[in-house]
Amino acid sequence: MTGRLLEARKVSVEFVTRGGQVARALDGVDLEVGAGEIVALVGESGSGKTTVARTMLGLERPASGEVVFEGEPLNYSLRRLRELRRRVQMVLQDPAGALNPRQTVYESVAEGMRLHGIAAKDPQKRNEIELVAAAMASAGLRPPERLFLRYPHELSGGQRQRVLIAGALALGPELLIADEPVSSLDASIRGEILALLLKLRDELGLGVLVVTHDLGLAWNIADRIAVMYLGRVVEAGPTEEVLQAPQHPYTQALLSVVPEIEELRPVVLTGEIPDPTRIPGGCRFHPRCPAVADGSAAADGVEEACRTLPLEILPPDPRGHHVACHLAALRSTTGPRTGSIV
Amino acid sequence: MSDLLRMRDVSLTYRTEEGDVPAVRDVNLDLDRGEILGLAGESGCGKSTVASTILRLQPPTARVTGEVLFEGEDVLTMRWGDLRALRWAGASIVFQGALHSLNPVRRVGDQIAEPIHLHDPDISDKKVEARVGELLEQVGLPAARARAYPHQLSGGQKQRIMIAMALACRPRLIVADEPTTALDVMVQAQVLHVLSGLVHELGVGMLMISHDLSVLADLCDRIVVMYGGRVVEQGPSKLVFGEALHPYAAALSAAFPRVGDPAARFAPSGLPGDPPDPADLPPGCSFAPRCPRAIDECTRALPELRSFGADRQAACIRVEQP
Repeated sequence: MTGRLLEARKVSVEFVTRGGQVARALDGVDLEVGAGEIVALVGESGSGKTTVARTMLGLERPASGEVVFEGEPLNYSLRRLRELRRRVQMVLQDPAGALNPRQTVYESVAEGMRLHGIAAKDPQKRNEIELVAAAMASAGLRPPERLFLRYPHELSGGQRQRVLIAGALALGPELLIADEPVSSLDASIRGEILALLLKLRDELGLGVLVVTHDLGLAWNIADRIAVMYLGRVVEAGPTEEVLQAPQHPYTQALLSVVPEIEELRPVVLTGEIPDPTRIPGGCRFHPRCPAVADGSAAADGVEEACRTLPLEILPPDPRGHHVACHLAALRSTTGPRTGSIV
Repeated sequence: MSDLLRMRDVSLTYRTEEGDVPAVRDVNLDLDRGEILGLAGESGCGKSTVASTILRLQPPTARVTGEVLFEGEDVLTMRWGDLRALRWAGASIVFQGALHSLNPVRRVGDQIAEPIHLHDPDISDKKVEARVGELLEQVGLPAARARAYPHQLSGGQKQRIMIAMALACRPRLIVADEPTTALDVMVQAQVLHVLSGLVHELGVGMLMISHDLSVLADLCDRIVVMYGGRVVEQGPSKLVFGEALHPYAAALSAAFPRVGDPAARFAPSGLPGDPPDPADLPPGCSFAPRCPRAIDECTRALPELRSFGADRQAACIRVEQP
């Protein structure tokens, strides 16, 4: 089947804290990633974006909702998990910490292949050395043979990130989940790694879920974007739509503080994401929402709803743009809104 | 009145067993009170090393030449007692990776109080407590947070504690080394807001170091871009970010795309290759091997830092006079 390779449907994940409280890290998340598309999952620390990535790999089990792999709900049998973890590969942030310092590049790339017995199953009958070389070449490490025996400390930051990507590609995955793939890299290297992700999408038809807090990165490479706040997707849609005509006040605030967007007046939200053991009632964003604070929610008569009425993400508009906001819902039914910031 | 900070032809060489490693070469900087100067570049370009010389914090194996004039006095040749007075009270540093620099088993208020006690051993506890409360409020935290331990604070709050600590002895200069690198966009915006507010309210000078040119462009009056231990471009921040002269500065600014810019959509901009190893610098211009505009002549001689108008300089032979 094409399209939806991996989906989260109404996924909630709970953790019990040491004090016995229940922290709802994810609360009804819907997300899908298909072949040949790059989806960016953005949000602040504590928004739950890494938990989404872990749950989609079967590393966390949902308290409710389900992860759907190729149209079939994931049943967490060892066989199915093993298959999932070959076909969906995670690329970790901090390549310096993710590589074993005592392992050569060759060993690092070959390790996952051996665990999954890839060389024995290769349809083109390539041996392990050929497969490692091919994965490294796809990750832009050329010529691979010259790097085989290097250790991580002999590589630059960009090369280390490419080794991690090569290790993932060696398993022939259909989907990569990349958690902040460039946040620890230098500015000039960053573009090269992002270009590599685009190339893998185009040439191998890979799907990529990129977890990031960097909206510029999303603009650079993502086809679609989902914005998370406190365990929930609050806005999602095509990147152009969400970043150029954001509907949710949270997305608008995030965009306004990106340094290079000069035409927006910065809306610096006070405080930080609340603790997930104490999710505010009503719209979970209302205590920090600039539209509630400046009275525009009250002027439009939705402030009461913002404070008391929990809300689902709205159905998409014709351009596939979803949002979870009482004010945006009202404005979408009463015609074009005024006072838009973009 | 003399400038707050003037660096004149500062070079720093690490002496290692394999030979001398020139980490910083001929850097000149000027910074006044009430001004924010940005220092940009990638890891290994020498920007943090430059900052370390301001408080003479460079390791003993380093040989420094040139002058680092703080309010007219050379930090490099200053007597030990004067240097001690300068650290914290004259100039202080907000280090990068501050999230791990706090002592986990001491209350943050006590940690902020430490430099105050060091500089004034006779000060009363009551006065220190009041000062700590005042400092916390300056960085946007309630005074009661003094009793918290680091693990009870979020990343952004810990970074504010580090800033409060740097302000403790009322310095005239603050060096902020990647103060927001590990922080989220929103928390970064909060911390930058605090920092720029302090510069304007307290009239201190700030040297802000970052690899993110977009952050510097937003906050600084002027930006200095370093590559391979040298200054390759400097000028007013909007011009350096928006219309860079040096190809490296241009690449650095393109690396952080403008959301909404059609030219950046599905076209991340990077540079092939890696930053140069200071122990093994290429001949001529250090940037030539990665430069999209390099010609043969670039590898022959080190390009001079030339002036382009009153307040701009670039070290590239390919840049034409306007």
